Amino acid sequence: MKKSLEIRSVRKSFGTNEVLKGISFRIEPGEIVSLLGANGAGKSTLIKILSGAFTEFDGEIFINDQPANIGSPLQARSQGIETVHQKINEGIVAGLTVAENLLFDRIALGEISRFATPAKMVREARETLKSLNLDWDDEMLKDDVFNLGIADQQLLLLARALSHNPSLLILDEPTSALSNAEVSRLFEIIQQLRTDGVAILYVSHRLGEIDELADRLVILRDGVIQTIQSKPFNWSEALHDMLGMDLREAQFGIEEERGTNVVLSVKDAQIFEESNSWSIDIRSGEVTGVIGLLGAGKSEFARSLFGAEKFKAGAVEFLGEVFNPKTPADAIKKGVFLISEDRARDGILESWSIANTTSLPFLKKIASGSLINFGKENDLAAKMVEKLKVVSQSYKSTVDSLSGGNQQKVMVGRWLMQNSRLLLLDEPFRGVDIGARREIAGQIRELVREGNAAIIFSSDIDEILESADRVLIMVEGDIKFDSYLSETSRNEIIQKMSEVA
Amino acid sequence: MKKARTLKTKAEFSARDFLVKYGFILVTLISFISFFSTQDTFRLSTTFFSMLKYTSVVAITGLGITFSMAVGGLDLSVGAMAGMAVTLSAMTMVIYDKSAVVAVVLVLLAGVLIGCLNAFLIVVLKIPDLLATLASMFAIMGLKLVPVKGQSVSSGMMMQDGTTAPGKFTDTFLKIDAGQLGPIPYAVILWMVLTVACWFFLTRTTWGRAMYAVGSNPEASLLAGINVKRYRALAYILSSVLASISGMILASRIGQGDISAGNSLLLDSVAVSLVGTSVLAMGKPNAWGTALGAFLIGVVITGLTIAGFPYYGQDVVKGAVLLLALIFSFTLSRKKSRFISAV
Repeated sequence: MKKSLEIRSVRKSFGTNEVLKGISFRIEPGEIVSLLGANGAGKSTLIKILSGAFTEFDGEIFINDQPANIGSPLQARSQGIETVHQKINEGIVAGLTVAENLLFDRIALGEISRFATPAKMVREARETLKSLNLDWDDEMLKDDVFNLGIADQQLLLLARALSHNPSLLILDEPTSALSNAEVSRLFEIIQQLRTDGVAILYVSHRLGEIDELADRLVILRDGVIQTIQSKPFNWSEALHDMLGMDLREAQFGIEEERGTNVVLSVKDAQIFEESNSWSIDIRSGEVTGVIGLLGAGKSEFARSLFGAEKFKAGAVEFLGEVFNPKTPADAIKKGVFLISEDRARDGILESWSIANTTSLPFLKKIASGSLINFGKENDLAAKMVEKLKVVSQSYKSTVDSLSGGNQQKVMVGRWLMQNSRLLLLDEPFRGVDIGARREIAGQIRELVREGNAAIIFSSDIDEILESADRVLIMVEGDIKFDSYLSETSRNEIIQKMSEVA
Repeated sequence: MKKARTLKTKAEFSARDFLVKYGFILVTLISFISFFSTQDTFRLSTTFFSMLKYTSVVAITGLGITFSMAVGGLDLSVGAMAGMAVTLSAMTMVIYDKSAVVAVVLVLLAGVLIGCLNAFLIVVLKIPDLLATLASMFAIMGLKLVPVKGQSVSSGMMMQDGTTAPGKFTDTFLKIDAGQLGPIPYAVILWMVLTVACWFFLTRTTWGRAMYAVGSNPEASLLAGINVKRYRALAYILSSVLASISGMILASRIGQGDISAGNSLLLDSVAVSLVGTSVLAMGKPNAWGTALGAFLIGVVITGLTIAGFPYYGQDVVKGAVLLLALIFSFTLSRKKSRFISAV
């Protein structure tokens, strides 16, 4: 059934903080509307209202021009609204199998008995997967969902949402964990849904995706709709409205830096049991970007340098000495820092303040002996907040209360407050808007100018082009390509990335 | 029809926040004042101090539980450890005729040893906290019966070979519980000193900070360079040592090596630590909260007992107090409370 969605004058406050200040727009059946906004603009809040997670707000919502009451996620679903939220782990039920997760909504409603045999579960689950043309084998479906990679978990959630045949589909950063091939498959599906008359609200930080998919842009800043654009989009204007500054101003015109001093030397390293071994030198004074699809071994590379994992084989020299950290603590002592990929799992401590989170890796620096010096700790946090322009009420605010981009700034910023010799950043820009991305990239550049080395690991080519000087391409655990950016091209990088041995 | 809902007023918000933050302290004050004004016996200062003295055993064990909860676990062996401390101090003094100092040193060593054992099971053998300490709880309870052949040890008891036990609970040892500094019993002073020490350790030192970090997110702590294993081990050692101290107070109070001593201690001390998490909306285990939790339960039990409430109803009261605290922590609080992630 085809449905239109209209919201009128929606307002939402948290305490005295008004996050949405009267939002009105409309999505027609068969239309893809993209919601664009920096971190903290109010996108997630609006999505939570539409998906029934927030029920207290001012304003009205109309479905097919009838006033609609979305009092709970279940009510949203019964009216044909399906949402795929940005935070994958909130949708995945740990401890259940992949099949049970695919069928979770139906099990919860009692349509499928929770005591159904595994065989029946697998049969039903396979039906669900058809919506995404996924072909997962029985073993995978019977496995604990915890063993799925993050990309497959994302696909699982998409398949689950599509299995309800939604008439209104809300996608919040659905591609942040997907590889290029999976993204293009998802796009085919989204375009098919549009043809079928589904109204789609698409939220992403990736402008290229939006340009390809969206029919209209709704640009949100500080809880207010700045403009609504129809095709063809004026991106310079859109970014201006989104960030409140001119694109030329925001442009991050980097001059390529080339370092000469080798600080890290990896010899005959092997990342996976079966993968090829390789050797590489990393130089200070330049930013090295490592690009590769998900599962190419980027995180394993980073974590092995940090002592959180081990190379299958190989030797590492750092600053002319054998470097073999057994724990992250060893690596940190030598000035090798890692900002990990998944901040919710590996970085954030629930209900910890910005100040406490910032000081955690460097407790000794803020203490005299073992006694914490709270003045020092607060100074450190205040400096970090200022340096990274973290938007928060104060450094006493909890990190989990910040918007995603500001959380990431804290995660990155706390490592920038101490002297690192080699900074490893694993997907540092995930879910971060352009403004924050450029600020973080600028800080990394400053660090290498002071004679240090930095490696950015990313699966997004634009992020690498924007922030690195030199690019390494990883494919299946192997480094296939090594070049300065000025000596290669976007097309060459994409081509090398998709070359499989 | 979707009605436009108005936001709650600011006053409603702050009333709830006030209740979450100070509710538990208010409940404690109200109970204290109401018993104080209605029960003559409750007004006596001797009642007050003997109440504190009785509470100190549970409170000190609760401090131990606070450490294991801070690192995200729970030490189920504390009651058994305290019981072992009772038997061990009785054996040392009664059967082997040694001095109080020897008994105290041995019991503390036993605390360290059992703590190391728990730490070994949890950190090295990677057994989940609850299961590891459940196993060691049974092992300790059984082990302490072996040298005494399942008998309680008391002064002047008959030995296996027909002779009378040579030693007795020394006066020095009995003073741990019976002695006073002015009107304040030593046990209460010990409780206060330990509470201050634990509070200082947990909130003012890098060690305590690291423990809370480990309890909140072990993976994130490891990646921030925290030696997760070391802090988990330390928490269980401190927990056992504190339990051994409360066991000594208990032994000094009953004056014999009662083999059933310490049996009910585990549940009581878990309760006071849990209650402690709700004090001042801390949302995490903390030393002063544990002390206040123990104090409130002490006040209510003492007050009701004086008022003629039957002893067998005490657990109902403890349950109600715990429930109230959990409502403050989980139902009313907007902050997520997080502890015992192992459960």
